[in-house]
Amino acid sequence: MRAGISLGALLAVALLLAAVGASFAFLDMPLGALFTGSAANEAADFVKRFFPPDTSVDFLAKVAWAALETLAISLLSTLLAVLLAAGLALPAAGRQGWLAGQVARFSLNLLRSVPELVWATLMVLAAGLGPFAGTLALALHTTGVLGRLFAEALENTPAAPAEALVSSGAPALATFLYGTLPLVAPQWLAYALYRWEMNIRMAAILGFVGAGGLGAQLYYSLSLFHEAEASTVILAMLMMAVVVDGVSAWLRRTSA
Amino acid sequence: MSTPVRDPEALPRLGWTLLALVLLWPLLRLTDFRPAALFEAGNLQAMGHFLGGFLPPETAPEFLAMLARATVETLAMATAGIALSMLLAVPLGLLMTRSLSISRLGPGRGGWVGQILRGLARGVLAVLRGVPELVWALLFVRVFGLGAAAGVLALGITYGGMLGKVYGEILESTDARPARILLEAGSGRLAALCYGLLPNAAQELVSYTVYRWECAVRASVVMGFVGAGGLGQLMDQSMKMLNGGEAASILATFLVLVLAADGLSGFLRRRLA
Repeated sequence: MRAGISLGALLAVALLLAAVGASFAFLDMPLGALFTGSAANEAADFVKRFFPPDTSVDFLAKVAWAALETLAISLLSTLLAVLLAAGLALPAAGRQGWLAGQVARFSLNLLRSVPELVWATLMVLAAGLGPFAGTLALALHTTGVLGRLFAEALENTPAAPAEALVSSGAPALATFLYGTLPLVAPQWLAYALYRWEMNIRMAAILGFVGAGGLGAQLYYSLSLFHEAEASTVILAMLMMAVVVDGVSAWLRRTSA
Repeated sequence: MSTPVRDPEALPRLGWTLLALVLLWPLLRLTDFRPAALFEAGNLQAMGHFLGGFLPPETAPEFLAMLARATVETLAMATAGIALSMLLAVPLGLLMTRSLSISRLGPGRGGWVGQILRGLARGVLAVLRGVPELVWALLFVRVFGLGAAAGVLALGITYGGMLGKVYGEILESTDARPARILLEAGSGRLAALCYGLLPNAAQELVSYTVYRWECAVRASVVMGFVGAGGLGQLMDQSMKMLNGGEAASILATFLVLVLAADGLSGFLRRRLA
């Protein structure tokens, strides 16, 4: 064990503190103003308007429908992404030569680095307002993420079964289906489920830019200053997050 | 003789695939899945016009200055947001950690006060991170007006919830015996944390925080879309005016920023490992 504190660690901490200080200074955050009396009153008034949540049957039905739509967007986009990602992961893992590998990798990086919400604004232009745009947007971003993870899983798979099949004369598709896929399938599935979980959350907010689901409802309600309705939608989002959290934790415990 | 069965699993697999396809139908209906919409004349024209504007990207000096300012603002938002989230995450995460409970020493399940407190901390963290940062941002924009302050607070709250939960989990998954021995020998919780848990957990804790900072950079880019400052707000304005040239410059900056944050966080985490 090393005794004392190294110069490097001290320097790192100093740099870190400087960065945080500079950030707050640059942003000119009115943190003090947050805790003055009038600001607190205003905030309290604002919060009060959210209670009680709107529980009329009509609106609850609307929210339930929006929640279903959100779920459908997340599921379908994850499915699409799995298919696309599998298609791009094979070349990205270097199985179709160097050039194809570089092209696949570059497209995966591009898909992944553009955030879902930016894809959503683009897709709203390309496909019109509505859940379809949200589905496409989520699918594109998730393809980038899953493709990279899938390719990594492929690279780490032992090649012996596939080589055995190839040397006994199996065609490429059969080699992949029986030599490689069974080895990577559990990992691919785990990644896909994990992304689905994240996509449920994401699908709920894509509506802010007009891509359907719960987010669209929340955006309308807030824009029309119907805070009671907004709080119902937020509660629905929260419930969904808690349920998804619980189910995935339970699945992980039982499958582990 | 019939042909030999090649794959005993083939039939069940086919069945599951068919079932999945049947279930797919309502999904396609619910999401209004119409690939044809991509090729409708109006949509094609709007997209074509927008994408056509991408080249050349906008490079006017005033615009680039604005872009640079927005980029720095985005980075500052992420850093300040993570710093704020620590104020929530550290106390709540520690409160959640069972290995630091004195009443759990010895046999039995421990005191009920501790159990209630841990449950409460867990619940608060779940609510904080259950509401997405974009929703918090949307709400805060209405209270504090347009600008970075709403984004920083939103990041602080959501990331506080996430970091707190993960801090608690990391502390619980590290070897609890050193802390336990310290507690049994009569040391306080703070000493047990510092000398029993942190030496084994510190690296993972810091590494996860750096990773979250990287996520925060991405999140603060996006937060601008609801009016919370930074690159996203600039992007939103350009998109609304269908100014392809500006959007192209901003998107390129996005990519560079995200890749740089990725690289920096990867470098820091490798140094820690």
